[in-house]
Amino acid sequence: MGDFSKNEMLVVAGARALAGKRVCFVGIGLPNIAVALAQRTVAPAIELIYESGVYGARPARLPLSIGDPCLVTGATAAMSMVELFSYYLQGGLVDVGFLGAAQLDRFGNINTTVIGGYDRPKVRLPGSGGACEIAINAREVFVLMRQSARSFVERIDFRTSPGNLGGAALRAAQGWQGRGPSVVVTDLGRYGFDPDTGEMVLEAVHPGVTEADVRAATGWDLRVAGDLEVTPDPTDEELRLIREELDPDGVYVKG
Amino acid sequence: MVRDGDTLAIEGFTHLISFAAGHEVIRQRRRDLTLCRLTPDVVYDQMVGAGVASKLVFSWMGNPGVGSLHAIRRRVEHHDPAPLELEEYSHFGMVGHYAAGAANLPFWPLRSYFETDLPKVNPNIRPVTSPFGGEPVFAVPPLNPDVAVVHAQRADAAGDTQIWGLTGCQKEAAFAASRVIVVVEELVAEEVVRADPNRTLIPGIKVDAVVVCPRGAHPSYAQGYYDRDNRFYLEWDRISRDPEALEGWLDEWVHGTATHEEYVEKLGTERWAELTPAPALSGSVDYGDYR
Repeated sequence: MGDFSKNEMLVVAGARALAGKRVCFVGIGLPNIAVALAQRTVAPAIELIYESGVYGARPARLPLSIGDPCLVTGATAAMSMVELFSYYLQGGLVDVGFLGAAQLDRFGNINTTVIGGYDRPKVRLPGSGGACEIAINAREVFVLMRQSARSFVERIDFRTSPGNLGGAALRAAQGWQGRGPSVVVTDLGRYGFDPDTGEMVLEAVHPGVTEADVRAATGWDLRVAGDLEVTPDPTDEELRLIREELDPDGVYVKG
Repeated sequence: MVRDGDTLAIEGFTHLISFAAGHEVIRQRRRDLTLCRLTPDVVYDQMVGAGVASKLVFSWMGNPGVGSLHAIRRRVEHHDPAPLELEEYSHFGMVGHYAAGAANLPFWPLRSYFETDLPKVNPNIRPVTSPFGGEPVFAVPPLNPDVAVVHAQRADAAGDTQIWGLTGCQKEAAFAASRVIVVVEELVAEEVVRADPNRTLIPGIKVDAVVVCPRGAHPSYAQGYYDRDNRFYLEWDRISRDPEALEGWLDEWVHGTATHEEYVEKLGTERWAELTPAPALSGSVDYGDYR
């Protein structure tokens, strides 16, 4: 295993999963860096769309929030949020929606609202933002998050954004235009979803991570692909782009 | 123009957030306000910490790019010093909440909320079926704030208001509100507005007051005028974790300054120099002269 951090591996694995994608609805932080890395490597034609109302962003610096002015300067379009959510997202133009999660269950259902009860929560989280409608309307959803037994849970405390509900057939029966979660990338590995059951399946572990490590950081009896892969190390170029261009101060990727 | 008990929207998606108006509300020691915004961030944390609000209507709460809003979290998690009522949507739901208010519609339909817990905690999010074929969607009711405050790059004396950059939900909030206050970086001649009508967000007929307050969006930003002061957003994380530090900050920077002008001066010229971007002009377009 080379000299790179868990977050760098997470970003690189997230970027690689975007190969060939066109329009990506992206949040700030690690997903933003992953998409920016993809744009410079495996998906040069990818267009970034931010829920703040920007399409086709070409930020000249690392944006520190999804409303950063650097996202507007040089973008293809800056628009109202009515337009963004109505015509672009609900209108079906978004290929991939990137979401994060405080809690995720085996069917890819997401909680970003509360830990504990709603009325007097143990931890009040930010809430949905655009995540609920992204989860329903983007053609597919990628989840990027750090993994632990506290975040990968048997039962989420609140369903903010629907994944495969209780199974793939249940999701498909809804008739939503988005097919839901397709890839989950964590600091430990990469997951796909079983097309029949809608359940997450571990497809790759990152270098230096064992299947036992992943199981210890998962709150349910995890399904593992028969041909479990090991993610190739980040390349020198991927690391250079992250360290020198995308997050030179290590704001997000350090640690 | 803001009274105790009012529903107040200080909109702005990261961009053009009128901190100056929020601070003035704190100085006036208003009470029992319902604060609306898609993204309650630092100015709402300051207002909640100062005790002006009893309810939030929102869709995402956080310090963007930094973390949590600790004054709000103390009220929600520990009821410290008192509970804070929440009415929670998703972004598109909140957008529709304003848009229905602005368009005088009984509801706004959207393809969201299916199979989620949000409608369980907010009875204002309700399933409806399309009268054209019975398809299920969700609906949110209109939101009509008593007062909307919009920060903008420029307006003329009649209140015709223009902005560029992120336009968020300011237009919907303003058209939905009973009273509209526009706070601007610059007051310009009517001809400036008339030379570029596509950039007008709100016409003067919807505007009740224009306040000229350069840099009134700090630490948020005005595209082309000054950058977002990310250092302040990071500092707020530390200040807001400690109620005494928060109190001290309000005493020094809000109650301790009589006007936003004093606040701007207190920040110092060096800070402002750091926040000033180089120009990136849009070029110009030809509207044509059709005499």
